[in-house]
Amino acid sequence: QASDRFNINSQLEHLQAKYVGTGHADLNRFEWAVNIQRDSYASYIGHYPMLAYFAVAENESIGRERYNFMQ
Amino acid sequence: MYLYNLTLQQATGIVSAINGNFSGGKIQEIVVARGKILSLLRPDDLGKLQTLHSVEIFGCIRSLAQFRLTGAQKDYIVVGSDSGRIVILEYNKEKNVFDKVHQETFGKSGCRRIVPGQYLAIDPKGRAVMIGACEKQKLVYVLNRDTAARLTISSPLEAHKSHTIVYSICGVDCGFDNPIFAAIELDYSEADQDSTGVAAGEAQKHLTFYELDLGLNHVSRKWSEQVDNGANMLVTVPGGGDGPSGVLVCAENFVIYKNQGHPDVRAVIPRRADLPEERGVLIVSAATHKQKSMFFFLLQTEYGDIFKVTLEHGNEGVSELKIKYFDTIPVTSSMCVLKTGFLFAASEFGNHALYQFQAIGDDPDVESSSSTLMETEEGFQPVFFQPRGLKNLVRIDQAESLMPIMDMKIANLFEEETPQIFSLCGRGPRSSLRILRPGLAISEMAVSQLPGVPSAVWTVKKNVNDAFDAYIVVSFANATLVLSIGETVEEVSDSGFLDTTPSLAVSLIGDDSLMQVHPNGIRHIREDGRINEWRTPGKRTIVKVGSNGLQVVIALSGGELIYFEVDMTGQLMEVEKHEMSGDVACLDIAPVPEGRQRSRFLAVGSYDNTIRILSLDPDDCMQVLSVQSVSSPPESLLFLEVKASVGGEDGADHPANLFLNAGLQNGVLFRTVVDMVTGQLSDSRSRFLGLRAPKLFSVKVRGRPAMLCLSSRPWLGYIHQGHFLLTPLSYETLEFAASFSSDQCAEGVVAVAGDALRVFTIERLGETFNETAIPLRYTPRRKECFEAAGMGENGNGNMNQMENGGDDEDKEDPLSDEQYGYPKAESNKWVSCIRVLDPRTASTTCLLELQDNEAAFSVCTVNFHDKEYGTLLAVGTAKGLQFWPKRSLTAGFIHIYRFLEDGRSLELLHKTQVEGVPLALCQFQGRLLAGIGSVLRLYDLGKRRLLRKCENKLFPNTIISIQTYRDRIYVGDIQESFHFCKYRRDENQLYIFADDVVPRWLTASYHIDFDTMAGADKFGNVYFVRLPQDVSDEIEEDPTGGKIKWEQGRLNGAPNKVEEIVQFHVGDVVTSLQKASLIPGGGECVLYGTVMGSLGALLPFTSRDDVDFFSHLEMHMRQEHPPLCGRDHMAYRSAYFPVKDVIDGDLCEQFPTLPLDLQRKIADELDRTPGEILKKLEEARNKII
Repeated sequence: QASDRFNINSQLEHLQAKYVGTGHADLNRFEWAVNIQRDSYASYIGHYPMLAYFAVAENESIGRERYNFMQ
Repeated sequence: MYLYNLTLQQATGIVSAINGNFSGGKIQEIVVARGKILSLLRPDDLGKLQTLHSVEIFGCIRSLAQFRLTGAQKDYIVVGSDSGRIVILEYNKEKNVFDKVHQETFGKSGCRRIVPGQYLAIDPKGRAVMIGACEKQKLVYVLNRDTAARLTISSPLEAHKSHTIVYSICGVDCGFDNPIFAAIELDYSEADQDSTGVAAGEAQKHLTFYELDLGLNHVSRKWSEQVDNGANMLVTVPGGGDGPSGVLVCAENFVIYKNQGHPDVRAVIPRRADLPEERGVLIVSAATHKQKSMFFFLLQTEYGDIFKVTLEHGNEGVSELKIKYFDTIPVTSSMCVLKTGFLFAASEFGNHALYQFQAIGDDPDVESSSSTLMETEEGFQPVFFQPRGLKNLVRIDQAESLMPIMDMKIANLFEEETPQIFSLCGRGPRSSLRILRPGLAISEMAVSQLPGVPSAVWTVKKNVNDAFDAYIVVSFANATLVLSIGETVEEVSDSGFLDTTPSLAVSLIGDDSLMQVHPNGIRHIREDGRINEWRTPGKRTIVKVGSNGLQVVIALSGGELIYFEVDMTGQLMEVEKHEMSGDVACLDIAPVPEGRQRSRFLAVGSYDNTIRILSLDPDDCMQVLSVQSVSSPPESLLFLEVKASVGGEDGADHPANLFLNAGLQNGVLFRTVVDMVTGQLSDSRSRFLGLRAPKLFSVKVRGRPAMLCLSSRPWLGYIHQGHFLLTPLSYETLEFAASFSSDQCAEGVVAVAGDALRVFTIERLGETFNETAIPLRYTPRRKECFEAAGMGENGNGNMNQMENGGDDEDKEDPLSDEQYGYPKAESNKWVSCIRVLDPRTASTTCLLELQDNEAAFSVCTVNFHDKEYGTLLAVGTAKGLQFWPKRSLTAGFIHIYRFLEDGRSLELLHKTQVEGVPLALCQFQGRLLAGIGSVLRLYDLGKRRLLRKCENKLFPNTIISIQTYRDRIYVGDIQESFHFCKYRRDENQLYIFADDVVPRWLTASYHIDFDTMAGADKFGNVYFVRLPQDVSDEIEEDPTGGKIKWEQGRLNGAPNKVEEIVQFHVGDVVTSLQKASLIPGGGECVLYGTVMGSLGALLPFTSRDDVDFFSHLEMHMRQEHPPLCGRDHMAYRSAYFPVKDVIDGDLCEQFPTLPLDLQRKIADELDRTPGEILKKLEEARNKII
């Protein structure tokens, strides 16, 4: 049974390594927030209309907006 | 409630554009991605951009790339989308579709951090493609071909590196060595461990080269070096025999040439002289031009300036990098340099343009070079320049783009038959108010007054082989006027036409003779001037004529038909007579099929509400082949040959269908298919066109037969991209029309209306709307954020429109132009104005500038109780608003203006200071409701300021919309969806009685009915919420109005929750919603406008049968016709929330593009024929527009 538990843990670790941004039990507030923010920014960059929406609001070019989100 | 979603106008903004030879051969074409639409454009010989094909892919296209296998003649398209799949497409010229060559799954769907699709890079020799995500994952696919020269794709090779963010990737041109890809990467693993942010500040970007070893089939990190931390984009430098290889790294303020084992060559990007120092210059798009002997790059900055970059290179590598100012055009998302000397600029916002190169920037101009780079204490010495007019480029065409639609109002301000859509589009100096009308735009070429009121007009050629028409013949009540077409159009008398009698028909007959039919006979004018007259027997007159060039049928009063044919010698011979039972209402002969002597069909419409098809064949001449009864006496008949729906580029290789069109006296156009052999009629469709009986005329559109229907407005039925479309023309009512062709105007229409003769051409075929743009330049500064528009209607019923808004960041501006944009100043500077526009004359009648860094955010008209001033205008403004680092402002105000001169100008009554930004204003029971931050407040009008009456501070974030109905107030919160409120007058209290359970970032909202609201959120969803009926009743009946319950609350909010009844992912940020009816007498639907510039409609179904039919059709379409780029349709429409009760008409409308056997298969499963399905689809569309 000990091996089973070990197995599950290692599977989880494997999953976490594979899928960036997967949470785990010991996640602290900072890590969690960083993950959420990165997910959001990646989504903004991926959806061009959303990027355009922000660009209009902030009066920047879409290219600049994309760069800012990337940073 | 079930809704049918249909896109009326496809998105016009462009995400990405690539150029190449997609149809093979030498033709330069452009493929553009418009969010969820992929289209193929081609500049024609005149330099006009033509859309060849456009397809909705039900996914989100993020990147595009083209590649060509060595030695091939044709480019393939690689699409990176949100489907978690790589898709390779090929354009099929014969069928005019994109064919999916390969589709390989590599990850989850959706725009995620680590799922590739964001970036695409191609090996310049077309041997491999790299597809990358924002973070970590990069996959390389090897492209090859098999023995049959088909494209093959390998399984993916991983080039992942965890804890890195990727900024850009590109292929490196290294000839036929192993393919190399370059990427700008940032390692954040240390920053993650360190919450203080020190490590994050120290993070360094690297340029990494990945080598694909074709022999080992393996990708390795070959080389990595630090680059400037502002690096954001990579551009491939030609290599192999053509250049030095390597990459250009575009960074903030710099362009750096880098290659493995080569020292950096760096040059600064010249700056505009008026640019504030703290602003960098970023390259946002790039294009490469490569010829045998030379190559250069065009890089565009975020301010719109294009620079030409050249490299001096020799055997020992690159010695100098030169950046020269080239020209300034609006900021683009992609540029394409075509080999034919054109530059296609896909603008980020506003119209796209096609430019022609006049020069390639060889003249001296401001230039910065790596050799003159100077380093001072503060960094590198900048180079300055002043933007100037276009010198190297000249614009030859532009494609209209509505992107972004900021606001939209549908109203019938012009009192036309259908309402107009007033949309506020664009940004900054390029913004405009566009008036959209359903229909095609026409351009009027000439209008001339005639001596009387003409009844009809025809055009004739002198010979079948002539390209242009020779005469225009106009018939009056008692005369005929003949005009000859030459350099000018003038009256002639030597044409042989009888001018003392009205004409019934004039046409070319046989090869080279003319025929005039007048009430008393037929006049046949031979080429050599001989004239044959055929006179009617007795006192009978000719009432109707039908002819097709070789055959003529006349109907005499009393109902006798006489049939003539042109014989071998060109003589018009009487062949047959036939007595009809009653008077003939109209008749038409089908066009002569190619290679035949005669057409077989004659259609005769009678006053007994029937249409008969008669045979004209010698063996069964004048036999009735079929009879069709119609709802009203036919007024006009027309046979139209239509090529079947799917076809090649021009649909030419498919058998033609013969349609019989009939305009009925009740204003309905009746269309039915005629069997080419038996003459049987089937598959009839009817459509109401207008109040008058449609008269039908045959015209030519793009060389193919089309139909002009003149009812109370003109309509054009024509074939566009393989579909038959019937669209209204935006023109006045016409009486009679004929096609017109001269050397000034190849495909025009000549028409009579009133006592004028009009010549016009039809433009921009295939578009649903035509637009009139009124440029908005409130101020010689730029507006930044948004505009809001209100329609003001004052007491006299005189219409006018208000538009307000605009905010901004800067001050004085010497060189303000649409082309250049305004100079950037430090942020947090605003300019704004309030403008009153008269849409009829497109003129500004009043323009009020807001002073002192104040910006307008909301506007509404309000009638206060005391009616002292009549209608007033309330404008919410904010002074010194900052978004960053923290949202703050100096003060908010509500201005109250009074209308003067029938609403043409404004006068400030007073202004009231408030504590936040008033983002929403609304009239409510003779008072003004304002949403100020999280406070909803009711104001009354005072002498010197507004007086607070009542408020509610319990809203979660920021109120952005308020709508009212009776005593209910529907408040939209920026982040928390809708809140339903009630105002109790006796207790003077505002309280929230219901709210939504889903956090929604509202971008648009519209009140549907007492219990229902429609909203759209930032992520591209449209949804309807409804208060359950029992809750609604309870609240209306409760004497306390649910107040006791309200005090209890539930789930941290109001006691009642609304239910979501409709949910749909549009895939584009919806910025405006409105309920309207676009056709006269039609049902209402909800129209939406999006950031990408598309317009769509949600039509409620009225019967359960339709719902069943369309949901089954949608289901079959999903199964049989999965979207092109590999995204699952159902998953796409449910991207954020599961789709509910909306049927996607865009998918259903792809039914006609399916192969015929598939169409038949789906139709069988639905127990219908394909024709019936097409008819259903057409009906659904006709209910909307």
